[in-house]
Amino acid sequence: MSEQIKTYTVSIYTENNIGLLNRISAIFQRRKINIESLSASESEIDDVFKFTLVVNITEHQMEKIKGQIERQVEVIKAFYHTDEETIFTESGLFKIKSDLLFEEPQIQNIIKESHARIVTVNKDFFVLEKSGRRSEIELVHRELKPFGIMQFTRSGRIAVTKTEMPISTLLEQIQKEQEAAFAKA
Amino acid sequence: METKTIQKKQTTTTTMSGSEALIHCLLAEGADLIYGYPGGAIMPFYDQLHIHQDKIQHVLTRHEQGATHAAQGFARATGKVGVAVATSGPGATNLITGIADAQIDSTPMVCITGQVGSHLLGSDAFQETDIIGISTPVTKWNHQITSAKEIPEVLAKAFYIARSGRPGPVLIDITKDAQFEEFEFAYAKCEHIRSYTPVPEVQEDQLKAAAEAINAAKKPMIVWGQGVILGKAEEEFKAFVEKSGIPAAWTILGVSAIPTSHPLNVGMVGMHGNYGPNVLTNDCDVLIAIGMRFDDRVTGNLETYAKQATVIHFEIDPAEVSKNVKADIPVLGNSKDTLRRILPLIEKKEHTAWHQRFKDHYAIEFDKVIKNDIHPTKEGLTMGEVIELINKKTKGDAIIVSDVGQHQMIACRYANFNTSKSNITSGGLGTMGFALPAAIGAKMGAPDREVVAIIGDGGYQMTIQELGTIFQTEAAVKIVVLNNEFLGMVRQWQQLFFDKRYASTEMKNPNFCKIAEAYDIEAQKVTDRSDLEDAIERMIASKNSFFLEVMVEKEDNVFPMIPTGASVSDIRLE
Repeated sequence: MSEQIKTYTVSIYTENNIGLLNRISAIFQRRKINIESLSASESEIDDVFKFTLVVNITEHQMEKIKGQIERQVEVIKAFYHTDEETIFTESGLFKIKSDLLFEEPQIQNIIKESHARIVTVNKDFFVLEKSGRRSEIELVHRELKPFGIMQFTRSGRIAVTKTEMPISTLLEQIQKEQEAAFAKA
Repeated sequence: METKTIQKKQTTTTTMSGSEALIHCLLAEGADLIYGYPGGAIMPFYDQLHIHQDKIQHVLTRHEQGATHAAQGFARATGKVGVAVATSGPGATNLITGIADAQIDSTPMVCITGQVGSHLLGSDAFQETDIIGISTPVTKWNHQITSAKEIPEVLAKAFYIARSGRPGPVLIDITKDAQFEEFEFAYAKCEHIRSYTPVPEVQEDQLKAAAEAINAAKKPMIVWGQGVILGKAEEEFKAFVEKSGIPAAWTILGVSAIPTSHPLNVGMVGMHGNYGPNVLTNDCDVLIAIGMRFDDRVTGNLETYAKQATVIHFEIDPAEVSKNVKADIPVLGNSKDTLRRILPLIEKKEHTAWHQRFKDHYAIEFDKVIKNDIHPTKEGLTMGEVIELINKKTKGDAIIVSDVGQHQMIACRYANFNTSKSNITSGGLGTMGFALPAAIGAKMGAPDREVVAIIGDGGYQMTIQELGTIFQTEAAVKIVVLNNEFLGMVRQWQQLFFDKRYASTEMKNPNFCKIAEAYDIEAQKVTDRSDLEDAIERMIASKNSFFLEVMVEKEDNVFPMIPTGASVSDIRLE
């Protein structure tokens, strides 16, 4: 297995329990692996929660960590994918003084060229939203910085895979087993 | 509780408090003997323990760590789930060492901690600590209860998780208000959790591939671990070993699964294991690992470990497969099932010439090490001769509970075992102070068996307060302290690797016999070989607890030894 460090998007399907995030992050922490980004949301399946996180490690490490994650009682299944195998995006929000929108024509050009979206405008500030790859958001950040950014925040990565993730089938199977077990009980 | 679980239908309910419900949950799970220490946040539960003392026995240890090790000793001797109880804050944090020990040694244990009232959570209240956060990395599962109605489902789940699959410790934290709260109680055992697959399904193709490799092997070797005992697969394992005729070596947690006298038992692997199985690990053509996890103290340098061999790994936990040593053929499942199902697929063999290699290596080790350990001719007493005499007086029928250090390696190397679940020691975590409380739990779990705790003078003083538990419960534990007035294993390393700079390893010890006698425990100190056999005989003959201190040679070393980072085949005999 490759010893080359790569960026992996890890998708973890879980029960929605307090403390599970701590349990998952502890797996990375004890191996001194930095979590580059993290997002948590509902998944495509009712009652199933999904963590998406990004780490830079070797495939060898990734495979072992996947095992450790799946060992956790409330983790249903974990998958990992390289950037080539996923469609992913992040989102950045920029809060900027409203005056600048009129005083600095360059800002309007940045907005147009980057396909960023104005979320809200009021007399004091406006909020710009840019979704895309990390590098695209960073570019907008670099371009806006000289004009003064009041606030900036960037989300964790969200991703879907190019190939099918067999989680739905797996859950259906679990559901069936569960019903059978209920019938027995 | 969001987790999807399956429980048997239960229709009759009774109104009761959360704390009384806890008692009923424990009894429903067969936990009628528990260990613990009271305190503010767990008082409602202790009140119920008092009321229900005819049905459930609570053993007051002298420290919460002692409660966890006693619960572990009980679990390891019985195969049942051990239970330890503590209050919030320091009571809960004192459990952590035992929990970490149970986690790494896969011991089924449920810990119950009291917690401050739910309205105080997060307020830095008196004796409040985030025990869920603290225990997360060392528990198989943990959960905080803030409402009494959660208690039945969570407790059912806790016991199910602790004992199923690869066992482990579970911690349940219960706020004081949830203990007082009245609710409609009904209990149903947990039988399934949707996100949890305790035992992977056995795959026929894996069994076939493993059987083919085993049948084709010319120099196969088995290394078995605690998975055989935890899987209750002793009979299946014995049948497998006997039919295949393969030399079988053990890890320190695996020993006693088959009798040590079994002709196919070739000894212990690892840092202080036997010469033959270590050296021949790097000569075998097929290495069959059963219910073991290739700990670094077993493998030595992984870069040179069994590289020539096809590795077959029988394992219940998929995360262990290829974690440290790549498994060419994994066989997932419970060892009881996989060993039973592979038996008809393997051919009957004897491997006589290959066995002879183990015998030849044993002869070398006997001459260079074993002979001097168990039948010394020098003046000073050895740890090995003490173990050998205990073998003689107990006939190998005792449960041996060892602590951590030189005496542990010697006890594991030389103790004889006739029956399973007889070697109780802290393997993965290496917890000094484990043995005395663990021996109390083992004795209570197996009251008809002789339980002998073998402890060093260092580890003994880490949990020596549990003599109070023996005093109060009259648990007839036999305590042997092998006193070399050193933290012996650290001293050995200082001698070998730090030019004999004995930094903080020499111990000025108290009068241990006087301490034992203060707890009304009969005590004897042996400094002379001529007194040893009689003293051990007296100890074993005693119906009560007995303390035996043996002054052993101060600077003896444990050999063979694989120095850290060295290959198993570079094991040193001297």
